Amino acid sequence: MPGIFNALDFTASILAALSGSLIAGRYEFELNYLISFIRPRKYFIYVIYVVYLLALNGKSKYVDISIILMFKILWTVKKMADLFSNDAMLEMFLFEASQLLEQLEQVVLSCETRQHYSEEDINEIFRIMHTIKGSSSMMMFNGIAALSHAIEDLFSYIRKEKPEKYFSSDLNDLILTCIDFIKIELEKIRNKDNVDGDPSELVEKIKSFLAQLKERGFNVPEEKNEEVINYFKAVLYFEDGCEMENIRAFAVVHNLEKIAYKLVYYPADIIENEKSVETIRREGFQIFIKTDRSKEEIQEQLVQTVFLRKLQLPVVDEKAFAESLQDRENGELVLSENSVKKQEENATAETEDGGKTAQVEKSHTETEQKQNVGDHHSTSSAQSYISVSVAKLDRLMDLVGEMVIAEAMVIQNPDLQGLELANFHKAATQLSKITSEIQDIVMSVRMVPLAATFQRMNRIVRDMCRKLNKEVQLEIIGEETEVDKNIIERITDPLMHLVRNAVDHGIETAEEREAMGKGRVGKITIEAKNVGSDVHIIVKDDGRGLNKEKILKKARENNLLTTDEDSLSDSEIYRLILLPGFSTSDKVTEFSGRGVGMDVVAKNIEAIGGSISIESEKNKGTQITLAIPLTLAIIDGMNIQVGKSTFTIPTISIQESFRPRDEKVIVDPDGNEMIMVRGECYPVLRLHKFFGIETEVTNISDGIIIMISQDERNICVFADRLLGQQQVVVKSLPEYIKRFKKISGISGCTLLGDGSISLILDIANLVHNK
Amino acid sequence: MADIQTSIVTEDKDTQEGRYLIFSIDDESYGIEIRYVTEIIGIQTITGVPELPDYVKGIINLRGKIIPVMDVRLRFKKEPREYSDRTCIIVVDIMGMSVGLIVDSVSEVVTINEADISELPYIRQGYQNHYVKKIGKISDEVRLLLDCEKLLTDEDVESLNEVL
Repeated sequence: MPGIFNALDFTASILAALSGSLIAGRYEFELNYLISFIRPRKYFIYVIYVVYLLALNGKSKYVDISIILMFKILWTVKKMADLFSNDAMLEMFLFEASQLLEQLEQVVLSCETRQHYSEEDINEIFRIMHTIKGSSSMMMFNGIAALSHAIEDLFSYIRKEKPEKYFSSDLNDLILTCIDFIKIELEKIRNKDNVDGDPSELVEKIKSFLAQLKERGFNVPEEKNEEVINYFKAVLYFEDGCEMENIRAFAVVHNLEKIAYKLVYYPADIIENEKSVETIRREGFQIFIKTDRSKEEIQEQLVQTVFLRKLQLPVVDEKAFAESLQDRENGELVLSENSVKKQEENATAETEDGGKTAQVEKSHTETEQKQNVGDHHSTSSAQSYISVSVAKLDRLMDLVGEMVIAEAMVIQNPDLQGLELANFHKAATQLSKITSEIQDIVMSVRMVPLAATFQRMNRIVRDMCRKLNKEVQLEIIGEETEVDKNIIERITDPLMHLVRNAVDHGIETAEEREAMGKGRVGKITIEAKNVGSDVHIIVKDDGRGLNKEKILKKARENNLLTTDEDSLSDSEIYRLILLPGFSTSDKVTEFSGRGVGMDVVAKNIEAIGGSISIESEKNKGTQITLAIPLTLAIIDGMNIQVGKSTFTIPTISIQESFRPRDEKVIVDPDGNEMIMVRGECYPVLRLHKFFGIETEVTNISDGIIIMISQDERNICVFADRLLGQQQVVVKSLPEYIKRFKKISGISGCTLLGDGSISLILDIANLVHNK
Repeated sequence: MADIQTSIVTEDKDTQEGRYLIFSIDDESYGIEIRYVTEIIGIQTITGVPELPDYVKGIINLRGKIIPVMDVRLRFKKEPREYSDRTCIIVVDIMGMSVGLIVDSVSEVVTINEADISELPYIRQGYQNHYVKKIGKISDEVRLLLDCEKLLTDEDVESLNEVL
C-alpha cells in the first residue's frame, strides 16, 4: 500500500518543517468531530493515530502540532484523491450552512423591519457566524471562514458593548452582502466548482465598520437623529441656456445622497421625463434635505454645482419635513408640488396629524414586541427537529405500503375462511387501525411547511424595492400549509419568478400610485391554502394589472395567436403570457423581461402535475394561482382491466366513462375507429390492441369507453372494465426496463392493495400519439 | 491514495471471492458470482410490460420495490417451460440495477478455486457462449460461469433492432 507510505512521508516532512517553527495559537477543534469525520477512511485513522501517539509521547506541546497534522493530512488526501467529493460530511456541511444562512437572513430582515437589534438577535447572529466559521474552517473553505470570522468579531464586540436600541441599515446591508457571498461559495462547493471567491474586500469593510463603531460608539447616529438634525429646502436655479437641467439636477441629488439622511425633490421624474427640464427652468429645482450637516456644509456642496445661477437655502422646520415624508421611514420620496404647498398653508392642522402618527407608532412598537416574543418562541422550538435523508423516508414509505399489503394477506387469508374467530377479528381490527395510522404519519413526515420558501420572498422583495425605488409591502398568509418535500423544491423558482414579476411589472412607482389614488405602498400577498387534495398558492398584487391590448399586440408580433383573437376570453388572453418567448416588458431589467420567464414557470408547475390560472383587473392588480397536488408520490387513479393486466388512469384526466353502443362507432377506410359522443367525434384507442394484450372483450359494446383529455384534446380509451378508484403510490419503472426504448403509453407503475402491479397510463403520450 | 481505496474494497470482497451460486437450466449447471446475488425468491406474479423483448417477462413487486425479471431460458434461446414450484428468481444487483433472473432451479453455493477455472475453449460462437465467461471444475463436474454484466447489456442493441 504505497498510499499510506506517501501519507507517512508527507507527515514526516511536515513534522520536520513544523518542529523548527512551532505555530503558536490555539486551534479550536472538537476532536470527536474530527474523528467522526475520518472514520470511513479506516486506514487514515491509523496514520493519524500513530502521529497522535507520537506527539503524546513527546512533549505536550506536540499535541497542538498533531492536531494541525491531522488536518493537513486530511487536506492532502482531499487534494490528492478528491475523496471528499461525495463525502457525507460535505453534504452535511452544505445542508447545515445553508440552513443557518437562511436563519440568519430571517433574523437580519426582521431586525430591519423593527429597526432594532435586540440582544437575542445579536446573540443569534453571533452564534450562527460562529458555527459557520467553525465548520467551514473545518472543511478548509478559508474564504467563508475568514468572512464569517470577521462578522463574528464584529458581533462579539456589539454583544460585549450591549448598546441600547442600536440599528444601522449599513450594517444590515453589509451582513446581507456577506450572506450572498457565502451562498455563492456554497453553490460552488455543491457544483464541485473551484471555491475561489475572495472575501478580502468584504472583510475589510467589516473591519472598518468595527473600527468606526469602536471610535464613534453606538449612539452617534441616534443622537444625530434627535438633536443635530437639520432640515433645509434648497431651490436651485440654473443659468439660462445651460441645457440638460434635469441631468444636472440629478447630479446634485446624487451628490447630496451621500450626506443626507433623506432627500425629497421636485420635479420627481428628472431623468425619465423630458418635460422636467421646463419645470426646472421655470420654477427651479426644489430639494428637501434632512441631514446632520450644517447649513454651511450643504451650501458649500451646492454652490459647487456647475452653471448655478441662484441658490436659495432656507432652514425648514422638522414638522414640515416630516409631513412631507408622510411618516415613511426610509427611501427617498418625491413629493408633488401641491402637497408641499398644502403643508405650508395648513400649519395648524399638522399638529393633530403629528399626534396621530405618534399614536400609530406606539401601537406599532407593541405589535413588534409581540412579534419578537413569537420569533423567539419559534427559534427555541426549532431545536427539537432532526434532519433525515429523503431516501430513508422513501424507503420507510415503501415498507409501510408493504406492511399494508402483508396485513391484508394475513387478515383475508383463504385458510381462515369459514372459521369462527371472534378474538382474531378483534385483534385484526386493532392491527388495521394502527397500520392506517402509521401510513398517515409516514405521509405527514414527508410534508414540509411552505414557511421557509415564503420567507425567502421577503429578501427578494426588499432587494428589488431598493433597486427599483418602489415601496412594497409583502404579506404572507398560510405559510404553515404543508406540501411534499419534492414539491417544495420544484415550486421555489417559479414562486420567486412570480414575486419578481409582481414587483417589477405589477406594482407601480409610488408616484404613479398616488396619482391613481392608491396608497403609496404597493402590496403583494402570497397565500397558501388547502383546497381538496390540492394546495393553492396565490400570488396577488394590487398593481396595474395585465394590459390585454399589449398582450394581444405582443402575441400578434410573435405569431403566438392560433385562433381568432375576438373569440378569446379574458383568461385565455392572460394565458398567452405563459407561452414560450413572451414578455410584455419593453425594457429588459435586471430582474425580468427576458421572455424566458412565465413559460418556464408554467412548465415547472405542469411537471409536478399542477396548473396555473391568472386573473387580472386593470389598475386593480393581478392574481396568479398555482394549484399543486399535495404530493407527487400519491395520485388519485382509476383502475381498469384489459385481459389479465391492470392499468391505472390518473382520475384528473378522465372526462367520463360510458358503455358504448355499436352503431355509434365509425370506421374509416384505414381501419381507424371513431365514436360519436353528443355530436362530437373522438378517436378510439383500443388498449388491448395498443399494448398487444389478449382479451376476450373485443366487441366495443361489451367493454367500456373512458374519455380522457389532455391539453384540450380528447380521446376515447377502450378497456374491458373498470375496477374502481383508489389513491395509488406512484413508482417509476425500473431502470433496466427504461433502458430498452421508451415504453410509450406508460409513465410508471403502482402497487394495488393485493400486492399486484398496475401500470399507470401516460395520458399525454396516448393523446398525442393518436 | 487510490491504491488504498482498492485494497479496502478487496478486503470486503475477500469473503466472497471464488464463491459461486449454482443454478440449473435443463441439464446444464451455471454459476454466477455470489457478490452479484441479493436474494433468491420463489416465482411471483409477473406483470407484463408491453414492447419489451420476449425474455424480459415483466416486473414483479419485491416487498414494495419494483424489479424487472428476465427469463434466463429465453435469454439463452431455449424452449420456454412452464414455471413450477422449483422455479426460482435470483435477484441480482448488477451495475446498480436490480434484476430478477428466472431459472429452473437453484442448487448450491460453491467455492471454486482459481486453479480450477479455465478459459473457454475457442469454438465457433454459439448463442450460449455470449454469456459464459469461464468454465469452473468441481471434482469432475463442470460449471459454466456467467458474465452477469453481459447478460444485461450485451443484446440490448439486438433487442432494439428487433423492436424497431
